[in-house]
Amino acid sequence: MAGESNGAAGFGSSIRRREDPELITGRAKYTDDLKLAGMVYCTILRSDYAHAGINSIDTSEAEALDGVLGVYTAKDIEASGVPGGVPVGWLLPGLKTPEHFMLAKDTTRYVGDGVAIVVAEDQYTAHDALELIYVDYDPRDGIADPKKATADGAPLVHDDAPNNIAFDWEIGDKESTDAAFANAAHVASLDIVNNRLIPNAMEPRAALADYNDITGELVLYMTTQNPHIHRLLMSLASLGLPEHKIRVIAPEVGGGFGSKIHHYADEAIAAWASMQVGRPVKWTATRTETYITDAHGRDHVTHGEMAIDADGRFIGLRVDTYAAMGAYLSTFAPAVPTYLYGTLMSGEYDLPAIYCHVYGVFTHTVPVDAYRGAGRPEATFIVERLVDEAARVTGIDPVEIRRRNFVAPDNFPYQTQVALAYDSGNYEGALDKALEAIGYDDFRTEQAAAREQGKYLGLGLSTYIEACGLAPSAVVGSLGAQAGQWESAVVRVHATGKVTVYSGCSGHGQGHETTFAQIVASALGVPYDDIDVVEGDTGSMPHGWGTYGSRSAATGGSAIASAAEKVVDKARTIAAHLLEAAEEDIEFEDGNFFVKGSPDQSQSLPDVALQAYLAHNLPKGIEPALEATSFYDPANFVYPFGTHIAIVEVCSQTGNVTLQRYLAVDDVGNVINPMIVDGQVHGGIAQGIGQSLYETAVYDDGANLLSGTMLDYAVPKAHFMPSFETDRTVTPCPHNPLGVKGVGEAGSIASPAAVVNAVVDALSPFGVTHIDMPVTSEKVWNAMK
Amino acid sequence: MFPSKFDYHRPSSVQEAVQILSDNPDAKVLAGGHSLIPVMKLRLATPSALIDIGRIDALKGISRANGSLRIGACVTYNEIANSGVVQDAAPLLAEAAGQIGDRQVRYRGTIGGNLSHADPASDLPAAALALGATLHVSGPNGSRSVSASEFFVDLMMTSLQADEILTEVEISAASAGTGSAYVKFEHPASGYALCGAAAVVTRGAGGSCTGASLCFNGVSATAVSANGVAASLVGSDLSDGAVESAVSNLSIPDAAGDMFASAGYRQELAKAIGAQALRTARDRA
Amino acid sequence: MGISIELEVNGASVSEEVEPRLLLAHLLREELGLTGTKIGCDTSQCGSCTILLDGQAVKSCTVLAVQADGSEITTIEGLANGEYHPMQQAFWDNHGLQCGFCTPGMIISCVDLLSTNPQPSEDEIRHGLEGNLCRCTGYHNIVRAVQTAAETMNG
Ligand SMILES: Cc1cc2nc3c(=O)[nH]c(=O)nc-3n(C[C@H](O)[C@H](O)[C@H](O)COP(=O)(O)OP(=O)(O)OC[C@H]3O[C@@H](n4cnc5c(N)ncnc54)[C@H](O)[C@@H]3O)c2cc1C
Ligand code: FES
Ligand code: FES
Repeated sequence: MAGESNGAAGFGSSIRRREDPELITGRAKYTDDLKLAGMVYCTILRSDYAHAGINSIDTSEAEALDGVLGVYTAKDIEASGVPGGVPVGWLLPGLKTPEHFMLAKDTTRYVGDGVAIVVAEDQYTAHDALELIYVDYDPRDGIADPKKATADGAPLVHDDAPNNIAFDWEIGDKESTDAAFANAAHVASLDIVNNRLIPNAMEPRAALADYNDITGELVLYMTTQNPHIHRLLMSLASLGLPEHKIRVIAPEVGGGFGSKIHHYADEAIAAWASMQVGRPVKWTATRTETYITDAHGRDHVTHGEMAIDADGRFIGLRVDTYAAMGAYLSTFAPAVPTYLYGTLMSGEYDLPAIYCHVYGVFTHTVPVDAYRGAGRPEATFIVERLVDEAARVTGIDPVEIRRRNFVAPDNFPYQTQVALAYDSGNYEGALDKALEAIGYDDFRTEQAAAREQGKYLGLGLSTYIEACGLAPSAVVGSLGAQAGQWESAVVRVHATGKVTVYSGCSGHGQGHETTFAQIVASALGVPYDDIDVVEGDTGSMPHGWGTYGSRSAATGGSAIASAAEKVVDKARTIAAHLLEAAEEDIEFEDGNFFVKGSPDQSQSLPDVALQAYLAHNLPKGIEPALEATSFYDPANFVYPFGTHIAIVEVCSQTGNVTLQRYLAVDDVGNVINPMIVDGQVHGGIAQGIGQSLYETAVYDDGANLLSGTMLDYAVPKAHFMPSFETDRTVTPCPHNPLGVKGVGEAGSIASPAAVVNAVVDALSPFGVTHIDMPVTSEKVWNAMK
Repeated sequence: MFPSKFDYHRPSSVQEAVQILSDNPDAKVLAGGHSLIPVMKLRLATPSALIDIGRIDALKGISRANGSLRIGACVTYNEIANSGVVQDAAPLLAEAAGQIGDRQVRYRGTIGGNLSHADPASDLPAAALALGATLHVSGPNGSRSVSASEFFVDLMMTSLQADEILTEVEISAASAGTGSAYVKFEHPASGYALCGAAAVVTRGAGGSCTGASLCFNGVSATAVSANGVAASLVGSDLSDGAVESAVSNLSIPDAAGDMFASAGYRQELAKAIGAQALRTARDRA
Repeated sequence: MGISIELEVNGASVSEEVEPRLLLAHLLREELGLTGTKIGCDTSQCGSCTILLDGQAVKSCTVLAVQADGSEITTIEGLANGEYHPMQQAFWDNHGLQCGFCTPGMIISCVDLLSTNPQPSEDEIRHGLEGNLCRCTGYHNIVRAVQTAAETMNG
């Protein structure tokens, strides 16, 4: 029942995941599954008010409850002398960065803002005690709509951010874009809302902190996508402990989709609480708590326009967006609606003039940050909706107008008007493959026939581009990142030729242990089963930046490939010495070193490794042992692309939308494990379908969260989904050693536009030109009236 | 996530349960627990004691005698949906029970709990109304019977007294020429009914309609009967046209909306789904 | 007030003294150390906590431990019997999981589904999984896993 033997599972093989045996048997340990001796539990009292002053907090009854070890407020954190901050990690010019403390000091700014902490012997008591804390609030007006929040007189989230504006950002060339519109033969224009989403990783966030007051060391197990970032921010901003005294460990992590990138107060609170009570402290969010603490996604109000010439060519794009930041700036929040959004406005199109303006706006809501796709789904949505609207106003078929405007395959690298330089692409190739698979012409015939019978079918295209694997670090830094975007890897060949790989990435469902081992198996010619991959522990690997933004294969995988290459180089030097040949005459194939032309005289990698460790007979100047570390900083982003097509049927009686088919042709460069890549596409599509048809976080006018539980917020179920049809084209990335791009977010970037374009197509007989997400049955029904 | 403290009783008879209930005014009856435990976990309910009636054998039977079907209050949806006796005598109830929640919920939730809880979006109240069910109730002063139409009083409120327990649901077995259908339009998150329609029609010898009932849940504070629709169908040939015209005037009093679906939309859903339920019932008659 | 309960969990007898409010999911995870059963929500929606109670799939977060007194329970840890259950095997073979958090509950539900409907259609499988949420897979490969398991188990 243990693992299986997979001799030659190298790059390109759909080998089953080695992660799975522990997961399917329930043996894998997630953070909340861990128990330490003497462990106690922490809960956090949260504001029920969107906006309120705190007059006083009475904790005495809670403290008196049997089993309660301590009840703390912001005052206690301040008194303890720790910095107590929850910082933002991406700065923009003029960005307002109001103080964000681990607990609300005198004002709460969203429903969910932390107010007090309980530490108790068991979870039930820790929850009981929350009910015995009495807060005297002074309720104030709140606001949730990012556009209305900028109006004069709107309730202010922070006094030092007038009109609630956190930043005012632009990209592109306003003048040339305005000129394009002045010369346009047609203009397509849309007002859209990109709906606010709640990530809903199935594992709620959790932390188990163990502070040792003798050694001054903190071990923090937590649900993280990037342990090193968390260690850095815990040390610098929250706890003030020296970085080397903090060890952050990611046990099994149950999905993240962005929500476990960010540095929140809660995990820092668990750590601080452990420092107070001198015992290990565990905090586990309830699902309802995740709804008011996990950073939300999207939440834009946007006006977009496309200028088109008489030949149906796009000559200008103008976009104006109000993007909610929520009550505080979450870790990477300012980057999401700016450098991950405005820079994507060229889509797959050769667009000569673009101008995008964005206000980042504070609202009395849960902070907004990166959620699967982060900025790129929002950009793709407005661009692809405008393309369809352009098709409508010009009377050109949506396929044809796309063809006319694609960046041509011989035009790469392609410099857009919004900073990015696309590495490689063949957009028409993916489109053609998708159209053929869906049977585009037949569909149009079927659609017309169905309409005659009062049946409304629609087809929607989304020809998307993604920019992922942000890099290089210097460029990202110049845009405001307070983080590097390189990645680390250690490839350690043991004396017996077995291999351990350490990566600075931190997977949470992506199957890195499998795919990274596949990379190394191919690079070193070592059997796949002889390679272990270790991630997610700041105590055992060099600094890394974690897993998000579809970066792990392109950046982390490349780091591994380059470390493996260094290993081979060193082993070659040793092998040459052992074979008494010149190094340049040594060939390396299938794990064996041999002198050119005489493969029978060879040294296998394990042979060389043993010699490297014995160090009895090494060439001059060569150090013992066989391992290499790489810090790989990519030359550029990578740019996956593709075509997604949705076919929907709309029920004319109820407005219900059913997805009949969903087809995706993605180009993610070279593919390490096709099965895993398809799985990533499926999951991304499902989340995009969720956004387009089902999911939305609803705040009322007073900024109370109405969709505050899983009973109200629709995480898609199995029967909402069709069987997905997936295929791909392969255009390798030219600038990384593996030729890989990224796939984690493609599905969620492409699919909302495909689905909504399909619904609008279905509703075109009713004169419908746009419908906002989520496209609920009632909205459709209203649109048909 | 974590209920507050309570005492737990596990009586072995209805009398004992009623006794404990009348001795503990803040106590609540626990049946399948699939409405009560969720609200207790969110601490929206904090009863001082739970009286677990789940092991009282007298509440667990399904029987048919003298043209009437009797189902004990603690019979689960799964048992109802899969019972040959129920499928035969009250197929509407089996169909509605089979659409409740998900398979896990159907193994635990009970007919008695569903009706007593009287959630406006629950599936069984409309079916019970459409079938003209009689509910048997036990209290400290003995037993009484209530018709389904008198049972549902208001939002989450029934004519059960605080010290009474619903013990049995009685339904006249379907006669020849009768067809029924339950059609549900789900809320995508909760899976409860945005609108559910329970229809029963009976056709006479010539095929014309001799009796009809159409009831809804999800639209207003309680399950409701659309008497006007039913009345206008009697005597008709039950053609699609007849059904269409019968539902066209449907208007459910006090329809309620929420952030997901407005009252007006629910009214329209009721028409669409009501018509669908009637057509299916007709085809099955 | 502690109440004594006895149950059989994965074939072993268990006696515990529990508070009435203790949820079965917490009994399994916290008292018995069977952390394969997950807790993914607090409103009984997600199904991560699904176990077999007297052979039927139930959400153990919505059952009190005292209600399970005298029952037989199978959790994900008790499903394999020397070798993987065909459903576990099929999830592995078909990449029916990514982060794995929904997986224990999902597998148990799927086992229950096939026990009542050994040859479900794709539509029946999708509807049969109404009580289990997965955020990673889009359900595509879960459906394939159930189809594969059905073939194996009927074969
Ligand atoms: C995930 C989920 C999805 C659901 N989806 C649906 C759905 O689609 N449709 C639907 O109809 N329901 C749905 N439900 C609710 C479910 O049907 C409940 O089982 C039902 O509402 C209550 O029945 P119960 O036996 O579980 O009662 P309990 O939860 O035990 O009790 C409910 C209430 O009724 C009282 N009570 C119970 N039995 C009696 C009795 N015999 N006499 C007097 N009072 C009694 C209790 O004191 C309590 O106040 C869902 C529940 C969940 C958890
Ligand atoms: S934890 Fe039980 S259903 Fe979510
Ligand atoms: S595999 Fe992650 S939630 Fe299902």
